[in-house]
Amino acid sequence: MKKIRTDIAVIGGGPAGMAAALEAKRQGAGDVMIIERDVEPGGILQQCIHDGFGLHRFKKRMAGTEYAQVFIDEIEQTDIKVLTDTMVLEVTQEKTIYACNSRDGMLEIDAKAVILSMGCRERTASQVLLYGYRPAGVLTAGTVQRYINLEGYLPGTSAVILGSGDIGLIMARRMTLEHIEVKGVYEVMPNPGGLTRNIVQCLDDYHIPLHLSTSVTKIHGKKRIEGVTVAKLDENRKVIPGTEEYISCDLLVLAVGLIPENELSIQAGIELDPRTKGPVLDNRFMTSVPGIFAAGNVAVVFDLVDYVSQSGEIAARGAVDYINGKPMEELSYEETVPAGNINFIVPQRIVRGETADTTLFMRVKKPDKKVAMDCEENGTVIATKRYPFVAPPEMISCTVTVSGSGPLKVEMKEGSGNA
Amino acid sequence: MPEKEYVCIVCPNSCRLTVRETGGEVEVTGAGCARGVEHGKNEYTNPMRMLTTTVAVKDGIHPRLSVVSDGEIPREKMKECLDYLYGIEVQAPVKAGEVLAENICGTGVNILASRSMRQM
Repeated sequence: MKKIRTDIAVIGGGPAGMAAALEAKRQGAGDVMIIERDVEPGGILQQCIHDGFGLHRFKKRMAGTEYAQVFIDEIEQTDIKVLTDTMVLEVTQEKTIYACNSRDGMLEIDAKAVILSMGCRERTASQVLLYGYRPAGVLTAGTVQRYINLEGYLPGTSAVILGSGDIGLIMARRMTLEHIEVKGVYEVMPNPGGLTRNIVQCLDDYHIPLHLSTSVTKIHGKKRIEGVTVAKLDENRKVIPGTEEYISCDLLVLAVGLIPENELSIQAGIELDPRTKGPVLDNRFMTSVPGIFAAGNVAVVFDLVDYVSQSGEIAARGAVDYINGKPMEELSYEETVPAGNINFIVPQRIVRGETADTTLFMRVKKPDKKVAMDCEENGTVIATKRYPFVAPPEMISCTVTVSGSGPLKVEMKEGSGNA
Repeated sequence: MPEKEYVCIVCPNSCRLTVRETGGEVEVTGAGCARGVEHGKNEYTNPMRMLTTTVAVKDGIHPRLSVVSDGEIPREKMKECLDYLYGIEVQAPVKAGEVLAENICGTGVNILASRSMRQM
């Protein structure tokens, strides 16, 4: 087995991994390596051809591919090694990575620090309780996106979309432009999941109907999907009898949520947070295993790629500090505590007794307007931030200087009314 | 008196706009700010959109190359522009930002490669 040594190994060459590798280099790391399973770096951004990326970081609207290209070009100017077409099979607590590719066969990569940036994967039919036959033509939105935008295949001629998050809406427009008839977008919840901008520009522009409180209850067809049954749901998300309707289609597109992809983390014995489904992180974005960090959607599903890149940079600074000998074994921690309208906070904990600039990524429970958010350490308010508008699909981020003197409570009280 | 409803997308407040046209004058009600009024007028008279799609690429590492307009184009010209782009094929390698279609369908907007693509 071929053996390689590196200072920092980054698993996954998407936006988090690329930003992490570049920041590690900027911080003076020696050997930095990205291990990527696809034929090129860029990750899912390579199939995100629509615009709207980079508003925070580059102050302009970019296509996902354009956003990725900035990082790819920058990596090419460095000595960061990008190992493409390479699948990581296992990561150990000793930071040894086992991987394989068709050039080298099996590889053993011994790293001083590891950054996990494997991203997330999509929920599938069985995860949204769609059972029965498994005909061809039931695909996740990301798969359809890859087929159409990269590989040049049209996976159907008439489609039903389940899920009105931004991914479902973007694919409704994309398929329409590719001459696939989109018969409707169906959403289990009483409110659309995606941004108003996408409702207007992806559905209304093309007269695609959006059906709220409605779900797909049955898939018809044995070899190829022939149609679906949809039905209205009551407030308890139970089917209202008599509202069933058959819709013929040869493609069912599932846009029903994302889950951090943590198989490698679980295998390495890394502690996960049941709420984010990603590793429990400290304010350096280090996991429960010293020297193994996590960034991007493997840590928590972000919605803005700008935040994904930022989290990669935080993890990289932690990893460089780690290999430079900053003590990080057997640390003790203070928890971050969400309160009021705050649903969760990443990182989940901060290093006790250490003053550090700490970036918090949070989601709220419900929409609100004109709200104030207090960050309180050990009972003292250390920062107050105001937001004109908050909503669950839009993550909020703020950076505060913590002292690690006690639990960090972040509380958002009710504002001037629900949005 | 023609009247149309829009949801404003300038900010997350999502104001419900009503646009009325009376004797050539376009009037917007329901907007919470001046930008919303402007947005309502534009949506009523000449809605503009960014264009993103793919074009065929020969000898690239993928069969399709993603492209983006360097400005917004009139929504009503969208189909014509897309039909044109479906008809072209570019040759790899391509550099991001390369102009693939100049002044597409007379809109004054150029279509650029939104990524680089190596040759296979």
